[in-house]
Amino acid sequence: MIILGTILTLVFSAVLIAALLVAAGVFTWVERRVLGFFQERLGPNRVGPFGFLQWVADTVKLITKEDAAPPGADLFAYRLAPVLASAPVLAGFGVIAFAPQMSVAALDMGLIFAMGMLALTVYGMVLGAWASRNRYAMLGGLRAGAQLLAYESFLGLSLMGVVLLTGSFNLGQIVAAQGDLWFVVQQPLGCLLFLIAGTAAAHRLPFDLQESEQDLVAGFMTEYSGMSFALFFLGEYLAILLVAALATTLFFGGWHGPWLPGPVWFGVKMGVIAFAFIWVRAALPRPRYDQLITFAWKAALPLALLNLLLTGALVVLGGQP
Amino acid sequence: MSLDTPPLAPVVEALRAQFGPAILSQQETGEGFPVLWITPEASPGVHHFLRERVPQPFTLLADLWAVDETRRQHRPGPARGVTVQSHLISLERNADIRLKVACDADAPRARSVAQVFPAADWYEREAFDMFGVTFDGRASHRRILMPATWQGHPLRKDHYARATEQPPFRMTEEFFAAEEAANTIDPVALGLPVLKDGEELMQLNFGPHHPSTHGVFRIVLGLHGEEVIWAVPDIGYHHRGAEKMAERQTWHGFIPYTDRIDYLGGVMSELPYLMAVERMCGITVPARAQVIRVMLCEFYRIMNHLLFYGTMAQDVGQMSPVFYMFTDRERGYRVLEAITGARMHPAFFRIGGVAMDLPNGWDGLVRDFLDWMPPRLDDYRRMVMNSDLFRIRTVGVGAYDTETALKWGTTGPGLRATGMACDWRKLRPYSGYDQFEFDIPTGSRGDIYDRTDVREQEMRQSLRIIRQCLDNMPGGPVKADHPLTTPPDRAAMQHDIDTLIPHFLTMAQGTVVPRGEATGQIETHRGLAQYALISDGGTSSYRTRIRTPSFAHLQMLPHILPGMTVADVVAHIASLDFVMSDVDR
Repeated sequence: MIILGTILTLVFSAVLIAALLVAAGVFTWVERRVLGFFQERLGPNRVGPFGFLQWVADTVKLITKEDAAPPGADLFAYRLAPVLASAPVLAGFGVIAFAPQMSVAALDMGLIFAMGMLALTVYGMVLGAWASRNRYAMLGGLRAGAQLLAYESFLGLSLMGVVLLTGSFNLGQIVAAQGDLWFVVQQPLGCLLFLIAGTAAAHRLPFDLQESEQDLVAGFMTEYSGMSFALFFLGEYLAILLVAALATTLFFGGWHGPWLPGPVWFGVKMGVIAFAFIWVRAALPRPRYDQLITFAWKAALPLALLNLLLTGALVVLGGQP
Repeated sequence: MSLDTPPLAPVVEALRAQFGPAILSQQETGEGFPVLWITPEASPGVHHFLRERVPQPFTLLADLWAVDETRRQHRPGPARGVTVQSHLISLERNADIRLKVACDADAPRARSVAQVFPAADWYEREAFDMFGVTFDGRASHRRILMPATWQGHPLRKDHYARATEQPPFRMTEEFFAAEEAANTIDPVALGLPVLKDGEELMQLNFGPHHPSTHGVFRIVLGLHGEEVIWAVPDIGYHHRGAEKMAERQTWHGFIPYTDRIDYLGGVMSELPYLMAVERMCGITVPARAQVIRVMLCEFYRIMNHLLFYGTMAQDVGQMSPVFYMFTDRERGYRVLEAITGARMHPAFFRIGGVAMDLPNGWDGLVRDFLDWMPPRLDDYRRMVMNSDLFRIRTVGVGAYDTETALKWGTTGPGLRATGMACDWRKLRPYSGYDQFEFDIPTGSRGDIYDRTDVREQEMRQSLRIIRQCLDNMPGGPVKADHPLTTPPDRAAMQHDIDTLIPHFLTMAQGTVVPRGEATGQIETHRGLAQYALISDGGTSSYRTRIRTPSFAHLQMLPHILPGMTVADVVAHIASLDFVMSDVDR
C-alpha cells in the first residue's frame, strides 16, 4: 500500500511538473499576445494557430542556443544560480491543493513551505549576479536582496490573518474553510497586501527592479544566455503561477465553485489572477528602488500588522478557533 | 527677417568706451546684429562686460566656434588664420551680438571665456578638437568629438575630407589596443573623487550601447551604492563631420544632410539652413511655401514629441504608451509621406521655397490627423501624466532653475519648463509664425515632470497651428521668382530660356550664392538651432557652423546628475530629449 502510494505520488509529481512547465510556456505566449492586444499590436501570431506554438519555438531556440559564460565568471556558482532560481518554485507547487486530497504533499506547514520556496529564488539571483562579474548584474543582485527583505516582511504577515481564521497552515484545510465565504471578503486588506507582495516576489513590473531593463540592461541576468537564461525566465513565470495559485488558495476559495469540477475552478481562478499580472505590467510605470523599499517598510508593513491585530481581536472576541 | 533685432548702438558704444582700442572694428554684414572684431586679450573682459555690466545683459552664450580663414578669398577686416567667434544672446533685449577674435593659422591661441560662460567649455573643446585652437586659461585641452588618438584637426582646410584621400586604413593590434586604452576614463586625472566615506566608488560604464542612452552616448558614472557621485559624458560616437561635408557639397546638395543632423526632426533642420542661404541670396519665400514649411515643421514637432513622450514613459518603466504613440506616428507619417514622399528624411525644402506643391487631397489627410490626435492626447494624459507612479518618479527630480539653464546654454522645452517663456517662434517669428495664434506652454519647477508636461502641451499647440495652416492655406507659387531659386520652377523652365539657363547652371555646377555671412535661427522641437554660414562667392559653403540644442543640453549633465540614483539618471536623460546625431553632427 505504501509502495503504491509512493508510485502514485511520483506519477502525480511527474505529471504536475510537466503540466507546470507547459503552463509556464503557454503563459509566456498568453502574455505576449495579451500585451500585444493591450498595446495595439498583434504579438506573436505566426507559429501555429494564433501563434500558439510560439512557446515551443522559443523553447527549441533557447535549448539550442549557445550558453555562454563571461570571462572571469565563477563558473560553478554561475551554473548553479539559474537552477536555484527555478527549482524551488517547482517544489513550492508540491503543497498546493488543486482539489480535496489532490496535492503532492499535504504538509501541515504547507503555507510556510511554499513561502520559503518562493523566497529561495532570490539566492539564485544574488548568486547569479555575483558570479557574472558584471556591474549591472551586481546592482541587480543587490536590489534583489534588498527588495526581498522589504517585501518578505509584509508578505508573510499579510497571510497571517487567513491562518488565524483557519487555525491551520495546511493549504487544503484553508481552502476547505472557505466553502461558504471566500477569505477575500473577510480579509480584503490582507488580500491586497498579498497581491502586492506577490508581485514583488514574482519580480513583475512594477516591482521588477532587479532586472529593470531601462537602467540595468537586464539586471542580474545580463550575462545569461541560452538555457541558463531560460531557467531564470522559467523561474519567473512559475513564480507568477505559484503566487496566483497561493492567492487562489488563500483568498479566492481554491477549488470551490458551482457546476465545474474543483481543479478546473482552481485553474480558472489562477488564470484570472495571472491575467491581472499581465494587465498590471501593461499599465503601470515602475517606482524607484528606494521608493519601493520605503513603501514596503513604512506603509505596507504597518498595514499588515494592523490587519493582523484586527483579525486577532475579532477572532478572540468572536470565539472562533 | 528673423534676426533684425533692436539696434544695439548703445551697447557697442559702451564697449568702445570701456575697452577703447581693444574693439578693433565692426564688420559690415547682412546680419541684423552687430559683429565686432576684438583683440584676443580683451575677449574674456568683453564677454564679462556683456554678461554682467550692461543693462538687460547677454546671458546666453548661444555658440562658440572657429573658422579657418586661410583659403578664404574675401577675408573681412582683421581676419588672419583662424577666427574664433562667439554668439551671445540677450533674451530680455531680444538681441544678439557676435564677437570675433583673429588668431594665427599655425598655432591659434585665444583666451578662454569658460569662466564667464560655463557653457563655453564644450565649445572650446570642440574648437580645439576641430581647429587646434588653444585657449589660455583652460586647465586642459581634451578632444571632444574625435577620438583621443586622432591626428590633426578635421575642420582645418588642410585636413583631408574624404577617406579616399588617405592610404587604406588597416586595423593593427597595436592600433586597436591604443584605441581601447584611450577609451578608459581615469577619474584621478579628471580631478574626480575615487572614494566616498572611505569606500571605493564603483565606475559604471553607461553606454554607448546601453538601451536607455538614446543613441550612441556614453556616460561614465562614479557610484556609491546606487548614488551617483560624478558623471563624465563622452560624446562623438555619432560624429560624421557634417560641417566638413557642407564645404564639399553644393548649397542645394547639402539640404538632405541637414535632415540627418537631427534625424527625428525631418524637415526641421532644413529651415535654419535655408533661412541663412536665402538671406545671403536676398530671396523672399512666397506665402504658400512659408505656410507649407510651417505646417511640416509642426508635424515633425509632433512626431518627435510623441516619440519623446513614449520613451519617457518607457524609461520610467511604463511599457505601453510608446506603442500607442507609434500608432499615432504612423498616422502622421502617412500624411507626411503623401506630401513629401518620405518619412524621416524628406529633404523637401528648397532654396526659395519647397520642392513641390501639396498633393490633391492633402487637406483631408491633415484633417483626419487633426481629428485623431486630441482624444489620444487626452488618453495619454490620464495614462502617463496623471499616473501617481509617474509623478513620484518625476516630480522634483532632475530640477534646475532658469539661471542654471541659461548658464549652460539650455533652450527649448528644457528652458520653458523652468518658467521662462522663451520660444523663437514668438521671440523672432520666422517663416510667418507671427501670423499664427498659439501659446507657449511653460512649467514652474523645471523638473522631469515639467519638461514632459511642456512637450505634451506643445503638441496641442502644434495641432492648433496645423489647423490654422489647413484653414488658411494661401494660394500662389511654392517657389520664389528669383534667379537663385534652386531648382527653378519647372513650368517656367520649359517655357523661357531665362529660366532654362539658370536651371542648367545650378544643376550642373551648383548655385552661386553671393559672398557674405548669414545666420538662420529657429526653434526646433529641442530648442535653438542656429546655422551660421559663410559664402566666399562659390557654389558651396566656405564654412557651415551648426549649433544644435542637444549639444548644449548634454553639457549640463555632470552638474545635475550627482546625487541621483541610476534609475533617475535614465529618467533625466530621457527628459532632455536629445538625439546623438544632433549632438555630434
